[in-house]
Amino acid sequence: MKTTAKASFAKDRYIGLVYVAPWIFGFLVFTLYPILASFFLSFTEYDLMSAPTWVGLQNFKELFKDKEFIKALTVTAQYVIFEVPLKLAFSLFVAFILNMNLKGINFFRTAYYIPSILGSNVAIAILWKFIFSTDGLVNQVLKVINIAPISWFGQATPAMFTIVLLRVWEFGSTMVIFLAALKEVPAELYEAAEVDGSNKFLNFCTITMPMITPVFFFNFVMQLIHAFQEFNAPYLVTNGGPMKGTYLLPMLIYDNTFKFYEMGYASAMSWVLFVIIMIFTAITFKSSKYWVFYNDNGGEE
Amino acid sequence: MSHTTLEQAEYERQRKRQMKKTTKLMLLYGILIFVAIIMLYPIIWLVGASFKSNADIFSSIWFMPKEFDFAPYVQGWKTGTEYTMGHYFMNTFKIVVPKVVFVVISVTITAYGFARFDFPGKKFWFSILIGTLLLPNIILRIPSYMMWKTFGMLDTYAPLVLPSLFGVDVFFVFMLIQFFRGIPKDLDESAKIDGCNSLQTLIFILMPVLKPAIISCALFTFMWTMNDFMGPLIFISSVEKYPLTIALKMSMDATGGAFDWNKIIAMSLVGLLPSIVVFFSAQKYFIEGISTSGIKG
Repeated sequence: MKTTAKASFAKDRYIGLVYVAPWIFGFLVFTLYPILASFFLSFTEYDLMSAPTWVGLQNFKELFKDKEFIKALTVTAQYVIFEVPLKLAFSLFVAFILNMNLKGINFFRTAYYIPSILGSNVAIAILWKFIFSTDGLVNQVLKVINIAPISWFGQATPAMFTIVLLRVWEFGSTMVIFLAALKEVPAELYEAAEVDGSNKFLNFCTITMPMITPVFFFNFVMQLIHAFQEFNAPYLVTNGGPMKGTYLLPMLIYDNTFKFYEMGYASAMSWVLFVIIMIFTAITFKSSKYWVFYNDNGGEE
Repeated sequence: MSHTTLEQAEYERQRKRQMKKTTKLMLLYGILIFVAIIMLYPIIWLVGASFKSNADIFSSIWFMPKEFDFAPYVQGWKTGTEYTMGHYFMNTFKIVVPKVVFVVISVTITAYGFARFDFPGKKFWFSILIGTLLLPNIILRIPSYMMWKTFGMLDTYAPLVLPSLFGVDVFFVFMLIQFFRGIPKDLDESAKIDGCNSLQTLIFILMPVLKPAIISCALFTFMWTMNDFMGPLIFISSVEKYPLTIALKMSMDATGGAFDWNKIIAMSLVGLLPSIVVFFSAQKYFIEGISTSGIKG
């Protein structure tokens, strides 16, 4: 890679730098500076009016005594634990079926992809709220099969369920990525296995899964990072309720920032969430060498 | 005679295999259709609901309205505010159009720099690029808000649009780098021999080849910006400047949920319309875009 790149416009070693310079500037101003600033802010008390005052670790000490924060953290953990595996399992399952060379696959692929393309739209959240309302579509369907209507937004668990379901419903893009990975698995591998007398289930465990682990890994990390930062769904569908049962941490951070103007305290919360996400990402990366199978020379990015 | 029994046995075996195959196919299609219904029926039902009267909405799971009523659309379009939906649509496009242009230009240039050149510190910057791909954005929110406040640009579209001039949408940079890698370097070489400088090579030789990938970037940006809720929620505070997403949320809050569902649903669907049209007219770009960037991660 290096040699060919040199061959093309090697005269000027810095020309590439010129092309990436705007991005470097953007990174410094819109990414690095905010990271540092929020780190600094997390040690201060700041209400946007007067200058920030340094309070040391006080914000963090307060956080872990703050019942609201602990509750939001627990609720966020619940959300992540349900949403991520459900979405991945469902996407993989559907991708696996779509990979079976059936007729009309394109139709189904498109149909499944639509919710994820529209999904983050406010309109969908409004519609979701409506579908699960007391007389909404879901309860009407339940009535047809003789199940008493459920007050979806009346209790914490069903409310959480509706939010998880909204995000799982948008499994399309994860599924498309899985499907592309499944198509890349060389057919020879299955043919060879067939000669050795393998069956479908064995094939799935010994060929398909190992071959798609890099993509599984990618999807897992991405979903994890997204799930921890979920804001729109609870904000729009349940507004964090009932009884703060779907009040995820990003909502708490938002309220502290833009409602109570506790910039320092909110920054401290963001940093705790940030560190949690980083730890989980790091664990996933570290563990990947035990379960991610790279076909080529050890998975360079 | 033994011949016929043999034939019959063979026939029987084949028939059984055929049956087994058919059952399997039916099962698979059954699952596919069932999932498709779950995916699409809510949307179809809501399209129907937008033409129903409020009393009708809650009475049936069948999506077809008894009679079509366009009143929800007419009334919904007026909204409860002094502006019509058209106004909020325009606001959304005032954000979306420049953003798409900025993203396409900045992302192509950045990806070009990384994919085709060697420069001091490239490894370092590339790992930063990958790092920001994984960076939880939530950490940036408060300082960004303060920064734009210092610039005096709160309640303008600048915070939503300007950063895109600098390739901050790293997901697309990454996606384009993957596409660049698929284009043979011979193309650059021959362009150079023909006397193109590096910028000319990009514009006249590489961009035409990259067109599908660039279209993917533009489409995703369009879609995500149309749908963006958090950004305008933080930065835009006057009703006059609200984009569609915030206006919808506002109208939902205003009605309090109990009545006027049909109006809100009608307007939600109108809000989805541009995305739906764009998706159907260009779905292959979406699916290719997402597959390529995901696969090589």
